[in-house]
Amino acid sequence: MSQQTIDTDYNFGYLDEQTKRMIRRALLKAVAIPGYQVPFGSREMPLARGWGTGGIQITAALIGPHDTLKVIDQGADDTTNAVSIRRFFARVAGVKTTETTTEASIIQTRHRIPEQPLNEGQILVYQVPQPEPLRKIESSEVETRKMHAWSEYGAMHVRLYEDIARYGRVATSYSYPVMVNNRYVMSPTPIPKFDNPKMDQLPALQLFGAGREKRIYAIPPFTKVKSLDFDDYPFEIQKWKEPCALCGARDSYLDEVITDDRGGRMFVCSDSSYCETRRDEGHVGPQMNWAKDQAFINDNSEETP
Amino acid sequence: MYVAVKGGEAAILATHDLIAEERRGDPSVPELSVAQISEQMKLATARVMNEGSLYDPGLAALALKQAQGDSIEAAFLVRAYRTTLPRFGSSLPIETSEMAIRRRISATYKDLPGGQILGPTYDYTHRLFDFALMAEKSDAVEAPVASSPLDQSMPRVPDILGDEGLMEAELSPEGDPAPFDLTRDPIQFPAERDTRLQTLARGDEGFLLGLAYSVQRGFGGNHPFAGEIRLGEVPVRFKPEELGFEIDLGDITVTECQMVNQFQGSKDKPPQFTRGYGLVFGHSERKSMSMAILDRSLKNREFGEGVDYPAQDEEFVLYHSDNVEAAGFVEHLKLPHYVDFQGELELIRKIRQEFEERHASSHTEKTGEAA
Repeated sequence: MSQQTIDTDYNFGYLDEQTKRMIRRALLKAVAIPGYQVPFGSREMPLARGWGTGGIQITAALIGPHDTLKVIDQGADDTTNAVSIRRFFARVAGVKTTETTTEASIIQTRHRIPEQPLNEGQILVYQVPQPEPLRKIESSEVETRKMHAWSEYGAMHVRLYEDIARYGRVATSYSYPVMVNNRYVMSPTPIPKFDNPKMDQLPALQLFGAGREKRIYAIPPFTKVKSLDFDDYPFEIQKWKEPCALCGARDSYLDEVITDDRGGRMFVCSDSSYCETRRDEGHVGPQMNWAKDQAFINDNSEETP
Repeated sequence: MYVAVKGGEAAILATHDLIAEERRGDPSVPELSVAQISEQMKLATARVMNEGSLYDPGLAALALKQAQGDSIEAAFLVRAYRTTLPRFGSSLPIETSEMAIRRRISATYKDLPGGQILGPTYDYTHRLFDFALMAEKSDAVEAPVASSPLDQSMPRVPDILGDEGLMEAELSPEGDPAPFDLTRDPIQFPAERDTRLQTLARGDEGFLLGLAYSVQRGFGGNHPFAGEIRLGEVPVRFKPEELGFEIDLGDITVTECQMVNQFQGSKDKPPQFTRGYGLVFGHSERKSMSMAILDRSLKNREFGEGVDYPAQDEEFVLYHSDNVEAAGFVEHLKLPHYVDFQGELELIRKIRQEFEERHASSHTEKTGEAA
């Protein structure tokens, strides 16, 4: 964990208190109607649209001096934009930041849900590029709002069916649509479908912010979240033939790392905190020693503080 | 973790130094001052003020300097700054009929009260290089002063047509409510005119220009006439509650364009001309004209004209005209997407494997039959 001194040129958490109040009101409405997209007065942030401004505004509206923040992108704490967002909050809120999932009170994420199960009291804030799960079926916002109002989701099922007819399976590997609390079809954001089951009955609060599209939605703790499927074609998640090359995990989402230009590759946990924790506990994957020799990984002691 | 992505923090800090070095260029060349930009790059600063939604030539010039002249990046800097500004109130509406006019032309009348005032424009220059500018030895030019001052009265062309009943009347909505504020509230559809005009005013000049051109070329139903374009300074007035009277905050430069369009009339309405309106900060005729053409084409719902072309689809036009949002989202593709890409790899490999198995088994069946 690390703590930084706060930049006093800005209000705590960057946003002014009126704006935070406006966002909190939208959040309360979102929690009260799970899966419903609440329009909100999304502000321009000093980070680019599409780079997490929705998640940043939610985090800014929630964060207090005693919070501990973790920011991940692609499951990892050390990807460039995660580093940039963590630096932003360290500067404008001076909060403690961490890379350890269990230590965090707020986790802002892009494209992943951590492997370590989340607990009551933790808040998972998702960055959302496109909040509307029906957008690729219907381009008009006026129409999609009506479709949600009337629970008119037939077109979505037809799309899934067409995949099965053409490919023999649902050809959606991320942003796989879910039904929340038996009412709203919701985009889980571009997390891999591997993570979808983690959303169901999660003890932690899940909040979703789309800054550019100006929408907030939420899943309260212990809410039913079901991935859309058919009785004869049940929903299934990705599987890998091999374990994580570094920590040997067989239950985590793996990234493919190209190691040379002759087809060499290894599969490693996308959740860097999970992988490191396992390695610290003594788990060794099949290519761990080779990866060290090849300098694909550093010793933890060399990491930036 | 992996060397490929670890050390992000140090690398990010190094990018800041590198871009600062790039921005400065050759240190033997004198550094550009913000005042030089705001004085000598006025059209560029006007664009940044429009797309950044903030009237401040000094900050717009600073933004251009910081962004190495990239107008979208500069507009983004201005937007990010303006959201942090506290609001102490709303000014009274500006009155363009009171404008201190520097340029005013009409394409619908040969002459009109107040006359045609050409003012500063590139319109009649031949686009030939002035190499004296390259030598940086051009003498300060002083334009001759006219023998008599401009007419006091410069009526706006749509008002002239309106007196005859030929122009679509433009009335405040019932009760004259406070206008929608695009910078505080999310856009909702169908959008009212206040939302539309605000969105167009901060919209990307190139995007609006292309769409306006499409309307003229045949992907739209309106034939616009440039009823009037006027450029000049208008006072901004504010009435603080505790004082109870108006105070003058200063002047801003604006360009206003009023397009006059045909309308065939309908069962209930006689034929009349319809309006398209454009108003932008600074001297920006191209932007104000594009805005006016699109304002009119998006009145299609009101006039029962249907949605046959992109420029008539308000969700298409208004959602996609904001270049700060568009640039952010297009450029977010630079962010890592390898988790999702891994999902796609897994899926495509699986589908291909099944395809090959199916192919192989049908091949065996066929050869089996033959044998």
